[in-house]
Amino acid sequence: MADEKTGPDSPGFSRRGFLKGLGVGSAGAAAAGLMPGGTAQQAAAAEEKSALLGPGETSITLNINGESKKVKVEPRVTLLDALRNRLDVTGAKKVCDRGTCGACTVLVDGQPAYACSMLAVEAEGRALTTIEGLGSPEELHPIQAAFIEHDAQQCGFCTPGFVMACAAFLKENPNPTREEVRRGLGGNLCRCGTYAGITEAVLDAAGVKGGA
Amino acid sequence: MANPQWPAVEKRQHLGKPYDRLDGAIKSTGRAKYAYDVNRPGMLWARCIGSPHAAAKVVDIDGTDALAVPGVEGFWRDEGVIGKEVEYAGQIIAAIAATSEELAAEAMHRVKITYEKMEHQVVDNDISFAKGRPASRDEGDVEIALGEAATISEGHYGIAAITHCCLEAHGQVAEVRDGAMYIWPSTQNVSKYADGLNESVDSPLSDIHVDCQYMGGGFGSKFGHDKWGMIGCILAKQTGKPVKIMLERDLELMVAGNRPSAFGTVKVGLDGEGKIHAFDAQVWGTGGGGGYRPPPMPYAFTKLPNQRVAGSRIPTNRGSQRAWRAPGHPQGCLITMAALADAAAAMGMDELEVFKKNLEYTEHPETYAEELDIAAEMIGYKDKAHLRSALTDGPVKRGLGVSIHQWGGMGHPSECDVTIHPDGSVEAKIGSQDLGTATRTSITIVLAETVGLPMDAVKVKMGKNAYPVSGASGGSTTIGGVSASTRLAATNALNALLEVAAPRLGVAVDALEAAEGTIRETANPSNAMTWTEACGLLGVSPITKRGENVAGESQKMGLIDQGVGGVQIADVSVDVETGVVTINEMVAVQDCGLIVNMKTAESQVYGGLIMGVTYALFEECVYDAATGRMLNPDMEFYRLAGLYDVGNLKVHMMTGPRYDSRGVIGLGEPPVISPGAAISNAVANAIGVRVPELPLTPERVLNALGGTA
Repeated sequence: MADEKTGPDSPGFSRRGFLKGLGVGSAGAAAAGLMPGGTAQQAAAAEEKSALLGPGETSITLNINGESKKVKVEPRVTLLDALRNRLDVTGAKKVCDRGTCGACTVLVDGQPAYACSMLAVEAEGRALTTIEGLGSPEELHPIQAAFIEHDAQQCGFCTPGFVMACAAFLKENPNPTREEVRRGLGGNLCRCGTYAGITEAVLDAAGVKGGA
Repeated sequence: MANPQWPAVEKRQHLGKPYDRLDGAIKSTGRAKYAYDVNRPGMLWARCIGSPHAAAKVVDIDGTDALAVPGVEGFWRDEGVIGKEVEYAGQIIAAIAATSEELAAEAMHRVKITYEKMEHQVVDNDISFAKGRPASRDEGDVEIALGEAATISEGHYGIAAITHCCLEAHGQVAEVRDGAMYIWPSTQNVSKYADGLNESVDSPLSDIHVDCQYMGGGFGSKFGHDKWGMIGCILAKQTGKPVKIMLERDLELMVAGNRPSAFGTVKVGLDGEGKIHAFDAQVWGTGGGGGYRPPPMPYAFTKLPNQRVAGSRIPTNRGSQRAWRAPGHPQGCLITMAALADAAAAMGMDELEVFKKNLEYTEHPETYAEELDIAAEMIGYKDKAHLRSALTDGPVKRGLGVSIHQWGGMGHPSECDVTIHPDGSVEAKIGSQDLGTATRTSITIVLAETVGLPMDAVKVKMGKNAYPVSGASGGSTTIGGVSASTRLAATNALNALLEVAAPRLGVAVDALEAAEGTIRETANPSNAMTWTEACGLLGVSPITKRGENVAGESQKMGLIDQGVGGVQIADVSVDVETGVVTINEMVAVQDCGLIVNMKTAESQVYGGLIMGVTYALFEECVYDAATGRMLNPDMEFYRLAGLYDVGNLKVHMMTGPRYDSRGVIGLGEPPVISPGAAISNAVANAIGVRVPELPLTPERVLNALGGTA
């Protein structure tokens, strides 16, 4: 609420302090999806900045798929809502809205992140890649081509997030084993039941890149 | 003259081949626009307000303070509920629309609703809460038969209520423009979505335009426009602005449908040979406040000579049930197959052997016999199987479990228009929808096959209520409906073209066929003209012909049919120290008649297995008896299986003349029916005792091992 001075949205609440209180280092926080893709310093810089913002709208510039986009957001607006509701970049999907399902996965400075669990103001100055920037129907990314070949999608609502997660996974693990694929892609959920196709698609795309 | 029967196998260009889904690229690149993604200029965001109480009288709903918040532009309240009772937590009784999603989320708390709390009842597993006369069926003489049986086994079984958890929540965008209503919903029923809305929002049906090209999952929960659809249209009319209304995840899980629970006790009597002599069951469960149809039992073994089943409804203050992929079947299957496996174990027999001995009591004995042998071979049954009395060594026990299932799958009513244009282009228009089953691709295959052209030479337009009426996608009825109507429409259009081409080729219409991009004389293929040349003869007038699927007639023609059988076997490991169940492998062998697209047909079966693993191990709507609320209306605690949980899956589709000659039969439901039963049986085989209720959580497994289940 704009007129209340307590709670996570208020200037008095420091997320940096919160993380410190948990004793979470940058590596642990990144692994847990709390501070996707960033160092503690970057997060701290974003924190310093966002602490001065609000409660009303503020104008920020986001670097999305290599293009600078100006957007007005309140500090409480998530990156996901800024993308979908204000910039009409709707490939990242809103499903659980609390960092469980991965349907909103984007890349932040090349690392996968849940866009629902990051504020838009924190994303300023970071290189954001959304599904729209990974490939196009005319020029597919190898993982997208593999998703089609292995029918790794049904309703397709989890697909953009899964594709982003798979692309990031393959960058870190160019020659994964089947077991590594199964272990490494647990951060995304599908309801139609496309995991068998996704597993094959990831292994196949790794092969395309010259992997095992 | 082309006839509508499916071409002989050797003449098929497209049917049954493994095609990539046509919208694969647009989906995997994030370009597909779902209802949730539709943003219109000046659009408002709506939020629904649900009752926090499971039972209460609504005294008043006052939106004054909410409307005073700058940016809040629309308010709706349920006039009908004021002075009356809400029947479950989450029941939607008001909504607001605001200029941003954040504002709507904030201002909804300013709506003042006064309740008088009442007593609620949400317990669904205790038969003492049952109301009304049980529905019962009694065939043969169960009492005498039980007296004659060589072995009697008795057990308790159950399966919790679960929800659909569509990744795209229910909802729509509605916009009033030039006096007409434009709606982009997430729906399984494009043609009939507007039915009833016309009265609620005072617009004639002719002025309501529905468009759904992609939808993020339905599974039986998205057949109507629902209350929120009506609210969205009312708010759009009230404010004169487009309104997006999508359920929040908590409401999605509480009020947008669930699969009824089922609990029961079953007594099975086997004769000395392992033939089932008696089946006596009592089942109960809840579908919320609405009706409750007991699951079909004895499942699959429907023709047992002596059977008695009584089913009781437990009314609860929970959101109402909806069709959930194969309504009633997974529940009936679990209870029946578990009881039969327990009877086999009590007799010291292998359950696969007992199932095989009793196939004469099923509706598809030959199919099951063939499928069980294939499935057993695929999973290595002979080497891995052991009796329940002979457990594997060590703290991690391994076991196999078997289940069989059946489904109808007859094609629904469907109409399709096919147009052949003078430039040679061909299009089908059909008011159907693609839920992710690749319906768009299947229609394209049938169309291309019929006119003898490549896939990319024909277009399918669907997903709008402006197109010919096609049925709701539920009950595995879509593939039969749309393939018959498309085949008939395309055949009719083609025959009109052949009439025009025949004089030029100097033969009778009957002597012609469309194949490989030509119109040619069947007996003398060199007497031909290209498809484009033939269409050029049309001058300026395209041909448009309609095809209509009337199930009985299409069935007589051999286009479609109903009634399939499938079998599944699960291989699991159970850690008896932690209670954790791991799926090692599952195999599914499935019949669905003539297969239109092998690749996406297999995907349906993989999907069924995976959804099945999810409800077998994790899914459960947990209700708190004290507050009447669902405790896990979010995706952390309403858990879905992840990639790591599902194990290795193998799928085998039945093909060959015996299956192919039946025509097209639906496939969406069958593969999701057996996993719960197969996995439960495998766990029992692994640890030597039955874990009575699904989901098979570590707690339930440990309780069963400790004798306290």
